Amino acid sequence: MKKNVQANKDVQAKTPVQNRKAVFFVSAVLLLLVFALGTIAFNSEKLDKSAKAAEQNLTLLVREHSPRLGPAEAKVHLVEFFDPACGTCREFYPLVKDLMKANSGKVRLSVRYAPFHAGSDNVVRILEAARKQDKFWQTLEAVLASQPYWTPNHKAELQFVWPQLGNLGLDMERIKRDMYAPEIDRIIAQDLADAKALSVTMTPEFFVNGRSLPEFGYEQLRKLVNDAVARAY
Amino acid sequence: MNAGEPGGRVHSADSAWTLAFLAWLVASSSTLGALFLSQVMGIAPCVLCWYQRIFMFPLVLILAAGLFPFDTKLVRYALPLIAVGWMIALFHVLLVAGIVPENIRPCAQGIPCKDQVIEWFGFLTIPLLSLIAFSLVGLPLIVAHFKVSK
Repeated sequence: MKKNVQANKDVQAKTPVQNRKAVFFVSAVLLLLVFALGTIAFNSEKLDKSAKAAEQNLTLLVREHSPRLGPAEAKVHLVEFFDPACGTCREFYPLVKDLMKANSGKVRLSVRYAPFHAGSDNVVRILEAARKQDKFWQTLEAVLASQPYWTPNHKAELQFVWPQLGNLGLDMERIKRDMYAPEIDRIIAQDLADAKALSVTMTPEFFVNGRSLPEFGYEQLRKLVNDAVARAY
Repeated sequence: MNAGEPGGRVHSADSAWTLAFLAWLVASSSTLGALFLSQVMGIAPCVLCWYQRIFMFPLVLILAAGLFPFDTKLVRYALPLIAVGWMIALFHVLLVAGIVPENIRPCAQGIPCKDQVIEWFGFLTIPLLSLIAFSLVGLPLIVAHFKVSK
């Protein structure tokens, strides 16, 4: 009799708590499931859109004024939206070079500017002015190598950039005169406008024959480039 | 009478638990929603959004910890976070509405807090969603607190 009452009590005491736990865990699982399904749905829609947008992208992606690397007849065109003050762009630079070397002659690169960091547009101006002296890539490499020194607090500080350019044989007087030329204003404005139209909000952003990365990462870029090479050659 | 008293207390503790659970549900949905906006949709959070996240995300864990076993003092630990988060959300909503003047906004650089990427139904912005979320986490907990203390 006593045992029976005890068992009864246990059932009464346990049931609501067990229900609570069940409700809690089912809710948690449901929430995560909704999140996962939402992610899958959003990404597949994005992939659809990017495939459709790829052709329209081409006019916005390729501009006459952009610095380029690799043979003009290469069938795979890699376009990078690039910010000289962006740390990830700095890390990707050697990787992109390797990628081009591995597919030598089949890939060409165009550099578009997306100077999102404060003061970074001034560094773009230096790069463009150096380009007039045929020293674009050397200057770019010097600027990227020394990037941590001239980006305190994620702001590009021009006074720290100048000392990094000493050994390149640049005509510094000419750089300082050229960098504020109206044509450089136009290049930066056009690149920023195209970046906005292409929904480029972070750097580096890559497009391979008009297609954007399904997901950011070096492996994803390598795969997209390799697939495009396999298709074109 | 003798039987009614404890029964009533059990009932009010039960509904208090349900209210706290609802608060957890709102906090969790808000957290996952915020992560969806930033990690999946790629919308970068502005400074004020980050401060609101700081006060919303821990609620998921604090409220869950208070549900098992049910701690009737839960509101005391959760409410300070909710109150501060709620005030930041209110500030953000007022900033977007233009009621708080531009010159005192704390995030002039980087991602602008005033520009709104999302405007569902023409009025539902992310900071407004945040304010609603903080209210919906806070109100059930306050009601639960009074139910238990009564």
